[in-house]
Amino acid sequence: MKRIPCLLWLLGGLAALLSGCTTVQPWERAALADYSMRPDRDPMHNTIMEHIYFSREASTGGRGVGGSGCGCN
Amino acid sequence: MTIIPLPAKILTALACVLALTATARAEVRIGQPFPDLTHYALEGTLPARGGQVVLIDFWATWCAPCKASFPAYSELQRELAGRGFVLLAVSVDKTRAPYDEFLKRYAPAFPTVRDGTQKLVAEVRVPAMPTSYLIDRKGVLRALHSGFHGAETVRSLREEIIRLLEEKS
Repeated sequence: MKRIPCLLWLLGGLAALLSGCTTVQPWERAALADYSMRPDRDPMHNTIMEHIYFSREASTGGRGVGGSGCGCN
Repeated sequence: MTIIPLPAKILTALACVLALTATARAEVRIGQPFPDLTHYALEGTLPARGGQVVLIDFWATWCAPCKASFPAYSELQRELAGRGFVLLAVSVDKTRAPYDEFLKRYAPAFPTVRDGTQKLVAEVRVPAMPTSYLIDRKGVLRALHSGFHGAETVRSLREEIIRLLEEKS
């Protein structure tokens, strides 16, 4: 009889996890494509961060890709 | 390690939970009729499409490749409109102001409508922005182009449109 509550918890957990997952559809990405979502929107901030990174790590560059998150094409 | 068999009732309950959490998919497939556009309360005037080859392009003002596609699609429309072809651009923008501004700036040579409620695009389930659907004279979806890849997309679309225009209705 102890097994049943455990399985119910498992089922409940699975249901909560699965229903919490969602995909932002291609036509719903207007907010993600906004300029304010760009990680490199402030050139001064970029320069400062790059300088800190260079000073600490003695390396520079290789900072991912540009663009915001519309995920087009 | 011993495997504890799950009772049938629990397995049924698990199946129900999974079924409820699954997303319903209703995308339009090649060879199927394209949904009737008059049922989706699109904002704007739909062009006459009866017996014509139609290219329906889903786009948005926030989508960079969509901006790149507009001049090329205007060229296609100018070239093939007299032969029974119509291009219809369906914007998925929720708000009107950026849509109006975009059209003023790019002045497309083809008709555009706005799916502000996003009901049509959700029904069609476009795989990317932009996506264009090529529909034959009978209203059947014949080709789908996901994204806009410049001259390559235009060349491919042009060939497919001409092939459909040359088909006997």
